[in-house]
Amino acid sequence: MIKTLTRRGLLQSSAVAAALALGLTACGGGGNAAPQQTVNSDAVEQALQKGGKLTVWAWDQSLKKVAEGFEAKYPNVDVNLVNAGTGNDQYTALQNAISAGSGVPDVAQIEYYALPQFALSKSLADLGQFGAADLDGTFTAGPWSSVQAQGGVYGLPMDSGPMALFYNKELFDKHGIAVPTTWDEFLEAGRALKKADPKAYIANDTGDAGFTTSMIWQAGGKPYQVDGTNVGVNFSDEGSTKFAETWQKLIDEDLLAPISSWSDEWYKGLGNGTIATLSTGAWMPGNLVSGVADGAGKWRVAPLPQWEKGATSSSENGGSSLAIPAAGSQAALAYGFLKYSNVEEGVQTRIDGGAFPATSKDLASEKFQNTGFKYFGGQKANKIFAESAKNVPAGWSYLPFQVYANSIFNDTAGQAYVSGTKLKDGLTAWQKASVKYGTEQGFTVKE
Amino acid sequence: MTMTSPHVAARAGEATPAGRTARSASRRASRRSWAGWWFIGPFMAVFALVFLAPIAYSIYLSVFRNQLIGGTAFVGLDNYARALGDAQFWSALGRVSLFLAVQVPVMLFIALVVALALDSGRLYGRSFFRISIFLPYAVPAVVATLMWGFMYGTRFGLVGNINQAFGLNLPSPLSSELVLASIGNIVTWEFIGYNMLIFYSALTVIPKSLYEAAEIDGAGQLRVITAIKLPAIRGAVVVASIFSVIGSFQLFNEPSILKSLSPNTISTYFTPNLYAFSLSFSGQQYNYSATVAIIMGLITMAIAYAVQVRGMRKER
Repeated sequence: MIKTLTRRGLLQSSAVAAALALGLTACGGGGNAAPQQTVNSDAVEQALQKGGKLTVWAWDQSLKKVAEGFEAKYPNVDVNLVNAGTGNDQYTALQNAISAGSGVPDVAQIEYYALPQFALSKSLADLGQFGAADLDGTFTAGPWSSVQAQGGVYGLPMDSGPMALFYNKELFDKHGIAVPTTWDEFLEAGRALKKADPKAYIANDTGDAGFTTSMIWQAGGKPYQVDGTNVGVNFSDEGSTKFAETWQKLIDEDLLAPISSWSDEWYKGLGNGTIATLSTGAWMPGNLVSGVADGAGKWRVAPLPQWEKGATSSSENGGSSLAIPAAGSQAALAYGFLKYSNVEEGVQTRIDGGAFPATSKDLASEKFQNTGFKYFGGQKANKIFAESAKNVPAGWSYLPFQVYANSIFNDTAGQAYVSGTKLKDGLTAWQKASVKYGTEQGFTVKE
Repeated sequence: MTMTSPHVAARAGEATPAGRTARSASRRASRRSWAGWWFIGPFMAVFALVFLAPIAYSIYLSVFRNQLIGGTAFVGLDNYARALGDAQFWSALGRVSLFLAVQVPVMLFIALVVALALDSGRLYGRSFFRISIFLPYAVPAVVATLMWGFMYGTRFGLVGNINQAFGLNLPSPLSSELVLASIGNIVTWEFIGYNMLIFYSALTVIPKSLYEAAEIDGAGQLRVITAIKLPAIRGAVVVASIFSVIGSFQLFNEPSILKSLSPNTISTYFTPNLYAFSLSFSGQQYNYSATVAIIMGLITMAIAYAVQVRGMRKER
């Protein structure tokens, strides 16, 4: 629960990745690329049998059980699981270790949106040398595209956040409103709800970079084009426009509750019928159970509303991977752990621990799909999540400086929520600020 | 205290009328300068380490630029030129200046009134009054801000409750127009007690004979305040003003915490410190952030110095 909360919180956190650049610069000089020898799977197997001590930095609690299982299977390997902080704190420590050249872990947990930044600085080993490219198809499209950067594979997906619509069924039933299947219907439902109960809102939103980019992703937009140090930022494509237009109507008609996610008001609002829906990642149920006890039995899950009637497009929100820092000396052994944890037996261990997997096979498994959620009145919500995971449009990428871009979202696009600024213009302002920063940082940026 | 003790010892030696005095005094004199250094040495070492070194390092950082692509390069005063032309920096400075101009006089005036009331001797339950007004200062700023942030809530907070109970429609204290005033309210609440204590302690050291003389001359309470009390505590007022000026320019905790409740009305460059913080911790622009910090330090020093000069001139 804490895990998912922080993961999500991190997406919107403004003070993120403190020492990212410190490390990045330090590496900029050295440019220690991983030795590009091709190691075949035998080498990984040999390393596993030979054993050794493996240091893993991760804050995900479910990895504890995975490490135990791994040690049982490969008795010569000793896994030292270290919680070096959650998200940002850990990145800071990791970058410091990388720039200092000592104390670098063999494996590190890194969120999808922060991965490009590490990959760009060559801080991570390209897993292509171990044949990671062959795993194409093992993971669902969203997470898999998230671990690709700079023409290589820089991590193996650990979990994912395929999006769905969480809604307060009781509230919808009470006012006789149908659950929206398209965003136009969502808008209509918002209007109807406000008419029926002026205190209720169809959703809460105070401007959230992670949510906005996820929505544009679903709409088929590709505002970010990344090719090495050549970066494109453009929020005037069709997908971005679709989102901006619909959301503008929701903002103009005061249909969105001005309550920031994860605030006290938000938890209360979800429980007492002030906030009717929540469009977010599949990791949400745990947070609802722990944070919104009042909502038990009232809430249900539905597929994310569509931009076009009858479509099945979805999106990703949150999630992290396991990666191998390039400075580590036991890359083969580390890859063995990655594979065990994210492809082999470890996946089931983590599912049993409540995690939402990124592997297509497990998402499709009967046991997983038939798990009933008490909170959702026994609904088999994993079916919806798994379907969503399959329908995430490919080809999305985050900026190699997404951490900073997200931090200034509210300075620019967020103004649409509190002033006369149009969301479209807000997104343009965000684009300009991102371009300015990228250019300052030495990227070749085009709009 | 420790710094003056060698002198005291030396003087005591000179004053001793014994025969060996001259010789031992001269030996002491030759040792005196070293003894002083021994006493202030630890302080100087710590001072250099925690005070001078960071400043020197900031200045060093401020003449470089590092990029995600391209690494670090010496850029001379480019960062300073950039800061002077940076609209975000100036808007942050303008905001805290406005804050300073409004919040500090209000806070100091209230603190002064409370201190005078306590000192008048006519207040029932004085010590309870004193401690309860001072109490907010003992609440950590982060906790105070979280608490106020909750009260400011228009749905489930205090503002929401008032709206509900009286059928009002009060605007959100965290809206663009009101957010600076709301932060001023929190800061005032936090620091009235602190400033009150400075004023009150200055008032208590005024000799009682002055009041007796005033009474004999037939001066009323108001006259006592304007002719005796206020002139006597001018030094304390200057000190409190300087603290408040510095505090205003360093405004950080309150906006930084309220930002999570109201992300759109509190920008990443709301105050100069918040700007420096986001530049380095989310923007990774350590060099430019150091530049902003140095410029802010200089401006704060200049204004605090101006307040001091002006306050002391009147005092004469």
